[in-house]
Amino acid sequence: MSKIAVMGDYDSVYGFGALGLDIYRVTDAEEGAALLKKLAEGEYGVVYMTEQLGELLKKERAKYEDRITPAIILIPGVSGNTGEGVQRVKGSVEQAVGSDILFGDMK
Amino acid sequence: MASKQVNPTRMELTRLKSKLVTAVKGHRLLKDKRDELMREFLDLVRENMALRLKVEEGIRQANVNFVIAKAGMSQEALREALMAPKQEVTLMEDVKNVMSVNIPVFDYKTRTSDPNDIYSYGFAFTSSDLDGAVKSLADILPDMLRLAEVEKSCQLMAAEIEKTRRRVNALEHVTIPETQAGIKYITMKLDENERSTQIRLMKVKDMMLEEAHGYSEK
Repeated sequence: MSKIAVMGDYDSVYGFGALGLDIYRVTDAEEGAALLKKLAEGEYGVVYMTEQLGELLKKERAKYEDRITPAIILIPGVSGNTGEGVQRVKGSVEQAVGSDILFGDMK
Repeated sequence: MASKQVNPTRMELTRLKSKLVTAVKGHRLLKDKRDELMREFLDLVRENMALRLKVEEGIRQANVNFVIAKAGMSQEALREALMAPKQEVTLMEDVKNVMSVNIPVFDYKTRTSDPNDIYSYGFAFTSSDLDGAVKSLADILPDMLRLAEVEKSCQLMAAEIEKTRRRVNALEHVTIPETQAGIKYITMKLDENERSTQIRLMKVKDMMLEEAHGYSEK
């Protein structure tokens, strides 16, 4: 049994609060790193993070890459889609195959 | 290939031969593992990309709806409306083993079964756009959860495939050829030793015959 967290700026995350997910307002890298550490050690199985915040917390996210939980998933924030999430998927194809054979021709 | 220094002894030869058998067997197994992982991974990563595009579009749409909802009411009223959520989502995690890679399986449960509990406010003082906005976000929640599961699985499998691929390549291009070269070297060295012993014995025989009878065989 665990919970789901959403991290990001208020405008991007407040809607998820209504659905029953735990929302955390963070825009600052330092604060975000501390919070992510706390969430990962706590009872959170999935952490959704805005791409904007994810950009600031690259190093911290890498720490949890080889662990099953928490799954840190980037979602677009209210200010737009940076394409980082899609890039991440392409990255795993590249890692596994050696080159991006599936989505290489996508924009 | 410049092989390592090996002792040309029968013991070393036996050791290398059994090493080669293990290496070949391991190589075959790892290759099978890699191929199967790759097959599963490619299916999963296609689903991952489709889900991600769907979720990103869904969230974008929901954000648009929220902006519209926000335009219809004051910031304070909106915050107040969403301040105390009625619904709560708990996540059930399980682990599935795919070719010795542990991947997560997520399932979620809402605290109450009433789908209308996502509206944590009275309808009297909020704009109807907010209802639509919250609903649009609720609709993509199952997809978001599936995305979390699939994307994490993809990341874990990609890492495992990379590791397995390296192992397969190391066995195929380093360990196996080196062992084979070692075996060949020892076999040749032992044969050579045997031949030289043979020749030495023949020479000694010649010398002894000459000494005893004063003639040689030739």
